[in-house]
Amino acid sequence: MNITCRVVNLQEEYTALFDEHLSTLQAGAPDKMNALRLEAMESFKKLGIPSNKVEDYKYSNLQPFFKGDFNLALSNDAAQAGVTATFNCEVPALNTYNIFMVNGWYSHQNDISLLPKGVIVGSLLEKAKENPALFEKYYGTRTPIGSDGLAAMNTAFAQDGAFVYIPKGVVVDKPIQIVNIMTGDSDRLVFQRNLIIADENSQLKVMLCEHTLSTQKYVINTVTELFANEHSILDMYNIQNQHNFTTQVAGYYASQKKHTVLQTNHLTLHAGFARNNIKIKMDDEFCESHMNGLYLLDKNQHVDNFTFVDHAYPNCVSHELFKGVMDDSSVGCFTGKVLVRKDAQKTNAYQSNNNLILCESAKMNTKPQLEIYADDVKCSHGATIGQLDDDAMFYLRARGINPSEARILLMYAFAYEVLEKIKVEALKEQIKGLTERRFRGDFDKCDSCVACGADGQMSCG
Amino acid sequence: MLVIKDLHAKIDNKEILRGINLEIKAGEVHAIMGPNGAGKSTLSSVLAGNDKFEVSEGTVTFNGKDLLALPPEDRAREGVFLSFQYPIEIPGVSMVNFMRTALNEHRKYNNLEPLSASDFLKKMRDKKNLVEIDSNLTNRSVNEGFSGGEKKKNEIFQMAMLEHKLAILDETDSGLDIDALRIVANGVNKLKTKENATIVITHYQRLLDYIVPDFVHVLYKGRIVKTGGKELALELEEKGYDWIKKEFED
Ligand SMILES: Nc1ncnc2c1ncn2[C@@H]1O[C@H](COP(=O)(O)OP(=O)(O)O)[C@@H](O)[C@H]1O
Ligand SMILES: [Mg+2]
Repeated sequence: MNITCRVVNLQEEYTALFDEHLSTLQAGAPDKMNALRLEAMESFKKLGIPSNKVEDYKYSNLQPFFKGDFNLALSNDAAQAGVTATFNCEVPALNTYNIFMVNGWYSHQNDISLLPKGVIVGSLLEKAKENPALFEKYYGTRTPIGSDGLAAMNTAFAQDGAFVYIPKGVVVDKPIQIVNIMTGDSDRLVFQRNLIIADENSQLKVMLCEHTLSTQKYVINTVTELFANEHSILDMYNIQNQHNFTTQVAGYYASQKKHTVLQTNHLTLHAGFARNNIKIKMDDEFCESHMNGLYLLDKNQHVDNFTFVDHAYPNCVSHELFKGVMDDSSVGCFTGKVLVRKDAQKTNAYQSNNNLILCESAKMNTKPQLEIYADDVKCSHGATIGQLDDDAMFYLRARGINPSEARILLMYAFAYEVLEKIKVEALKEQIKGLTERRFRGDFDKCDSCVACGADGQMSCG
Repeated sequence: MLVIKDLHAKIDNKEILRGINLEIKAGEVHAIMGPNGAGKSTLSSVLAGNDKFEVSEGTVTFNGKDLLALPPEDRAREGVFLSFQYPIEIPGVSMVNFMRTALNEHRKYNNLEPLSASDFLKKMRDKKNLVEIDSNLTNRSVNEGFSGGEKKKNEIFQMAMLEHKLAILDETDSGLDIDALRIVANGVNKLKTKENATIVITHYQRLLDYIVPDFVHVLYKGRIVKTGGKELALELEEKGYDWIKKEFED
């Protein structure tokens, strides 16, 4: 079922939309999802869509983007019909288990039968019904529906997304790649909800790849909850490759238990208006967290990374590295909030945010935000905003290299530190190649698709 | 080959080079010595085209061309090679990629086709052997994590790859132990021909035992205040720079 909505006054109309279609939203959904849906809606009515008057959104006024005429898919028809036929995607270089989502709805998956026993991968809606206990234990437990209007909105409207569960002790050999595709011939509003759970002692690398296949305007509100249970190792790679008319607000809410290692990587290679809320809660002692990000902006792109690591227990360590390159009149934003609670002694928290501004009209806002209430901690943060290094530029030119080529090499050198953190070798090579091509400016929509790379087997609408 | 006439250069309105005159012919080796801060690196930067420094007066011709009118990349392609006192680290850019890019730009300038991958790799191998640089250095990112000595060796390797006409070696000996010094000097000597020329900038006479200069110039406060044969270097080694400083106090 597909409906068309016109939104001018945000809260009222989204509330009306919700009320009108509540029975459709609820149909076939698990009880917990529906219960939270109502609770979230109440909260959304109060919070609304954040403007830049909301402190945590001071660099990004989202209200204008949620206004307009959109289509909204209230069932998964769209994901089943037509689209998958044109999406003939083979990923030879990236040896991954693939699951495909279309406009927020589960579409299909490949090779899943080869996954280790007990691993659950598929549609959130389906898998929740098949595994109610699991779903109820985790769903919505990390998402701040009471304080974040967008998280509340997602929880109110979302019906489907990806579900990944790795049972105790299982090490998944290859990454699981969730390919999120936006397609179709009308402007579209999408709510997607993902739930990713690595149970005790398990290991998982999961990729969330965001693509736009057609040139329509997309407004995407996604929430991904991640749970790393005792002794698990969870790596998450978010690769964003969306055209300039895309607005995406994405919440990544993670929780770590004892002796876990979590690595999140947000690689924004191309986007329109993007906001990432990356919130890590250390929910026990001896957690290790690595948060990496790379954002490459030009034209009038706007990318805002808001990160929050909550050191709630002692003996945890967090490392944060975000780097960005801003060209033309693009705007980059970074907030790095680190909370070290009173009892979180022996916390180590390191943060750095480094930025390259390539021209005067580009802008970067960076804000470290440290709140430390324990006394035996090591914390450091550093933010830089600079231009390409003249000495390095001269060195390359003195070897006969063109200034334009030298510029590309130096931008690449700048981004390299983040690229090196990618632990999936094939993905690392692919992202390196894409980054270089991004800097060279030969980055059309199809090339930019991580799923297909240069194979060009996909029809790009 | 190189004719420098009354060259003045400044930075932040501070005059660093204050009237340099120097003529270098093909096949010659010139040593430039002088105390810290004399302007030696400034001279090499100005010759290589670093626009940090402003040339306020004077001319430089290189094989008949107005060198100062060319951007740095064209000076390099014309055959000026500067071995940097402080080579720059460029993480993520492999030596192979760096050298291939540089070499092919030189070739394009000279209307030559890019080298095939196999010819390029062969050339890398040959030059590596010639200058005795460790194979693993060229498998890494440009200068990243290299020791001081490795960086200097890498400069000489690049010089071998790019087939210069004029080599300017800015303190290529500083920070080298005696073995590394010998390797670097051997490399330089092997690359010397009748058609190219070398400027050796150094603090110490020691390097000049290995790379024997035809002329030694003393640079002090932005001017060449003394020129002699290789024995001048020995004299400086013995007496230090104080007598020069006294003589040219102004
Ligand atoms: N980037 C710069 N900014 C300001 N002054 C400089 C700069 N580079 C060099 N100088 C000054 O120019 C003078 C000559 O420096 P340099 O050419 O490096 O000397 P040398 O190589 O002979 O030791 C010194 O007084 C130095 O302080
Ligand atoms: Mg010097």
